[in-house]
Amino acid sequence: MKTTNHRAWLLVLPVVISVAFSAILPLITVINYSVQDIFGPFQRVFVGGEWFRDTLRDSELRGAFFRNLLFSAEVLLLEIPLGVAVALALPAKGWRASLSLVLVALPLLIPWNVVGTIWQIFGRADIGLGGFFLNNTLGLNYNYTNDPFDAWMTVLVMDIWHWTPLVVLLCYAGLRAIPEAYYQAARIDAAKPWAIFRYIQLPRLRGVLLIALLLRFMDSFLIYTEPFVVTGGGPGNATTFLSIYLSKLAVGQFDLGPAAAFSLIYFLIIQIFCFIFYTMILNLGKGPAR
Amino acid sequence: MSKTIPRATVRSAPRTQVPRGLGRRLFVVVYFMLLLLPIYWMINMSLKPNREILGGLTFYPHELTFDNYRTIFTDPTWYMGYVNSLIYVGMNTVMSLLIALPAAYAFSRFHFLGANHLFFWLLTNRMAPAAVFLLPFFQLYQNIGLYDTHLAVALAHLLFNVPLAVWILEGFMSGVPREIDETAAVDGYSFPRFFLTIFLPLIRSGIGVTAFFCFMFSWVELLLARTLTSVAAKPIAATMTRTVSASGMDWGLLAAAGVLTIIPGALVIYFVRNHIAKGFALGRV
Repeated sequence: MKTTNHRAWLLVLPVVISVAFSAILPLITVINYSVQDIFGPFQRVFVGGEWFRDTLRDSELRGAFFRNLLFSAEVLLLEIPLGVAVALALPAKGWRASLSLVLVALPLLIPWNVVGTIWQIFGRADIGLGGFFLNNTLGLNYNYTNDPFDAWMTVLVMDIWHWTPLVVLLCYAGLRAIPEAYYQAARIDAAKPWAIFRYIQLPRLRGVLLIALLLRFMDSFLIYTEPFVVTGGGPGNATTFLSIYLSKLAVGQFDLGPAAAFSLIYFLIIQIFCFIFYTMILNLGKGPAR
Repeated sequence: MSKTIPRATVRSAPRTQVPRGLGRRLFVVVYFMLLLLPIYWMINMSLKPNREILGGLTFYPHELTFDNYRTIFTDPTWYMGYVNSLIYVGMNTVMSLLIALPAAYAFSRFHFLGANHLFFWLLTNRMAPAAVFLLPFFQLYQNIGLYDTHLAVALAHLLFNVPLAVWILEGFMSGVPREIDETAAVDGYSFPRFFLTIFLPLIRSGIGVTAFFCFMFSWVELLLARTLTSVAAKPIAATMTRTVSASGMDWGLLAAAGVLTIIPGALVIYFVRNHIAKGFALGRV
């Protein structure tokens, strides 16, 4: 068992200081913005909760919120099962395993704006392989800059391409940590592949799946750089996710007050979702099964 | 744990094994093809002159040229972008590990006041929407005189890398039996000596995996890195926006710069591939 030792705080202190330095000071500044109307560096008026009330009534913002929620749901529903399936199918040892890991990780190591650039090029009908194939070989009328549906699909496929590898890597590592004895026991019982997956592999993947789910939810809910490069939030508002709308407000129109109020609400929503996921999955494994 | 294996499925009738390997291998091959297709296209484009790129679709460079790469390696504004990125990513990885190691040990070995809340709070720092937090970051680093230094970016990236490093390392450390700590104490090892000479070698894999993740998230991040720098520490990802000029996009140069951003990461994953395969124990969750 763990021993109780409050002096352990001394070991944690560097982490708290380094993170708080970059987390708390900017957060205080943002809270400060959110209750003021800012005209210039030295001209500001206290407005109280006005920006918060405005934010909650903003219909464009609500549109961006539901769009983002739908996007995150699609991302989680597609990437998690696909990632688990790929991790199960990858070779377990030998040079093939090493090669697979290096290849799988490639999209993760590309800077996010480069990912956007790759897909911006790839989807173009004139110079991109993907766009050319869809238009000329399949005869579809694919154009991500004009058609809202095409733009949405491009961003979604890009995200699956970009982030499924994270789920694969985490699950792959989780699978390698399962002791061989479990599989031997299953073989003695002549368990079918599905039973092995359901009763041995899936329960042992709970921890890594929690990390994958949380990371994917946070990052897809905060997605900014990649769709910004590819579609710029358009056509119309079709791919304007929360972060894109937020930066239009903060940088484009320099409405710092409303933008700050908005980002505090945004921050809170993400925390609530993550807290729900976190406790839900923690309790799932500690339930009646034990 | 073995009780979770259903006994009901025992059926000793011999079954012919369907060659499951084939479908599985096909699935992996198709996945890798789709994965590599956009990357292949970028490499293909980086080896062509703009005339050929815009002239029509060719599946391999007909007019093979390395001019795009030559431009990047001879122009300091280009190659310094890579150097700057590598400097702050390296600094950030080392700092994240040094800060996270003792904390992860504390989380894995001791109960202390507020441990669980602290853990969740650390995690929440990954969730701040960048767009509005950028301006306060800019003001903060300008006020302390670190603006446009590598250190500024490395410090700012600690915000999301330290929590992740603590999370991963804690899992690995929980996999090391507590008896080892006690035996070492009985044998008269001081804590620092035990930690450095016995404990750290035991979690080598964990350190490798953590370093990989820190490297990765710092390398791909753009918004903070771009906001906190202007000239002296400008990251490569920001330099790449220069290819949009009055004469239109320089697609070939952009593609070549993109290809070069993949290489450092591919090298890092190659070095830690065996550690990843050994697996995370991930004790906390």
